[in-house]
Amino acid sequence: MNTQQDKSEYSSKILETLLTKESDFIIEDTLESGMVLNMGPQHPATHGVLRLLIHIDGETVVGCVPELGYLHRGYEKIAENSTYHEFIPHTDRLDYLAPLSNNTAFALAVEKLAGIEIPKRAKYIRMIISEMARIASHLVAVGTMAMDVGAMTVLLWTFREREKLQEIMDILTGARFTTSYTRIGGVASDWTSICTEKLKKFISEFPTNLEEIEKLLNTNRIFLERTEGIGVISKEKAIAMGLTGPNLRASGVDYDVRRAFPYLDYENIDFEVITYSEGDSLARYFVRVDEMKESVKILRQCLDKLPSGEILSHDPKRVLPHKVNIYTRMEELIQDFMLINFGLTPPVGEIYSSVENPKGELGFYLVSDGTGYPWRCKIRSPSFVNLQSLPILVKGHMVSDIVAIIGSIDPVMGEADK
Amino acid sequence: MKEIIELKLNEKFPDSILEKIEFRDELTLIVDKNKIVEICQYLRDDPELLFDMLIDLCGVDRAKRNDRFEVLYNLLSLKNKFRLRLKVRIDEKDCKVDSITSIYPTANWHERETYDMFGIIFNNHPDLRRMYMPEEFEYYPLRKDFPLLGIPGSLPLPKK
Repeated sequence: MNTQQDKSEYSSKILETLLTKESDFIIEDTLESGMVLNMGPQHPATHGVLRLLIHIDGETVVGCVPELGYLHRGYEKIAENSTYHEFIPHTDRLDYLAPLSNNTAFALAVEKLAGIEIPKRAKYIRMIISEMARIASHLVAVGTMAMDVGAMTVLLWTFREREKLQEIMDILTGARFTTSYTRIGGVASDWTSICTEKLKKFISEFPTNLEEIEKLLNTNRIFLERTEGIGVISKEKAIAMGLTGPNLRASGVDYDVRRAFPYLDYENIDFEVITYSEGDSLARYFVRVDEMKESVKILRQCLDKLPSGEILSHDPKRVLPHKVNIYTRMEELIQDFMLINFGLTPPVGEIYSSVENPKGELGFYLVSDGTGYPWRCKIRSPSFVNLQSLPILVKGHMVSDIVAIIGSIDPVMGEADK
Repeated sequence: MKEIIELKLNEKFPDSILEKIEFRDELTLIVDKNKIVEICQYLRDDPELLFDMLIDLCGVDRAKRNDRFEVLYNLLSLKNKFRLRLKVRIDEKDCKVDSITSIYPTANWHERETYDMFGIIFNNHPDLRRMYMPEEFEYYPLRKDFPLLGIPGSLPLPKK
């Protein structure tokens, strides 16, 4: 048995800071005294291993301290010790709900650093997979958010739709989640007619299915009352807190990396940047649903415009050759050997390249010292930055609203913890 | 846009812009470490420049004898659709830089992460704790002298 004094010694520094922090909480009634609630890291509503220390007065939240690091794997250190090609599989594990767009983001960053142009077909395939990943990720976001506030059916219906996309990804890349699909200078395997067929079928059915899902929620009184006016963040505050993606656009800021700094071939694609002005949980849900509709529009245009041709650029010193040729031809085998052992050697310099991921702006800051290994690889992960505004969002709300707010921010801890 | 930024900064803060780097159409300015808060405030509040968003803040270990560390600030102007990177160089002996949380509140966690990974102290930071690693951890993992496989015994298992 520990004495009281021992216990206070063991109490963590975090608790101390939380308790000593100034707040407008005054003890008036012994039954209404404040307490610190520990939520997570193993809590189904925190979407992973997020730990929240919540200071509550009755049922009202007066303070909240998120604790990260339970899934920290040191990817930035791993990146410094692996070649650019070797790091692609690690990007799958960042935002594990949309691995294909992470692959695209990293490949684009390295290509910008090394100055590699990719063929047009590869650009379009990358756009298709990014939008597929966006729909899949938003479906999970909408489904889990609805489940957090008590609507079970929505989750099953969104996962049914997502399964169709996973099947296409399986056919295209050979894996459902750990895709590692992009290569520096192109993509690993070609888009096939079976994929086109399946995707065409999906985008013809998806809008009606999405409408059905919307019908379950948009007029659902419980859902509306649990989300409307909950977790409001103003436009100015959202910019100051560095929010990106759907969370920023729900506060009325018209910022989308696809439009502001077009990459791939997004400048030739017609789509709308969805914005809502309310900035509450409901608005964040609406932005996600509308973005899925825009993604369908983009997918349709991409399939129409999909050019034929090569999927890897011809650049023997920097781009891996096709796998078939490595096994059957001498030159390609030598190229492969050199690239795998020494890596591609970009010029000395540093770049920041970012894409619009489902969660927000995913950026890679790469520093090259001219060798095959990056000197520094900083991952600017959207979930990490979005989570930072959680204390502002939950302050003054009920304990049960916390799950609705976390669901509407849609964090992925694989990315927030890196 | 690049010329305007340079002109304005040189006018307002003479001798504070130490170096200018342009690579792949991106502008990087190395600025005086002691002026970083004023420069950020000016860049944010100037009606023409309006760098209202801090996208990223991170550290780099250059593994050099002098000015070993760099902290860089990736700013974005939503109105002008322009990115600017500011850099400060920090010596290992005086591993401190002023925090910019008062200008950009989003810098809070970024600075905590940089402190966690590189051991750079941010003056006037409201809550400078480690971000990912445990509080008792003594090393700074992203420094170049920290081995990839870690240091044996540096993370003790919890006592029974």
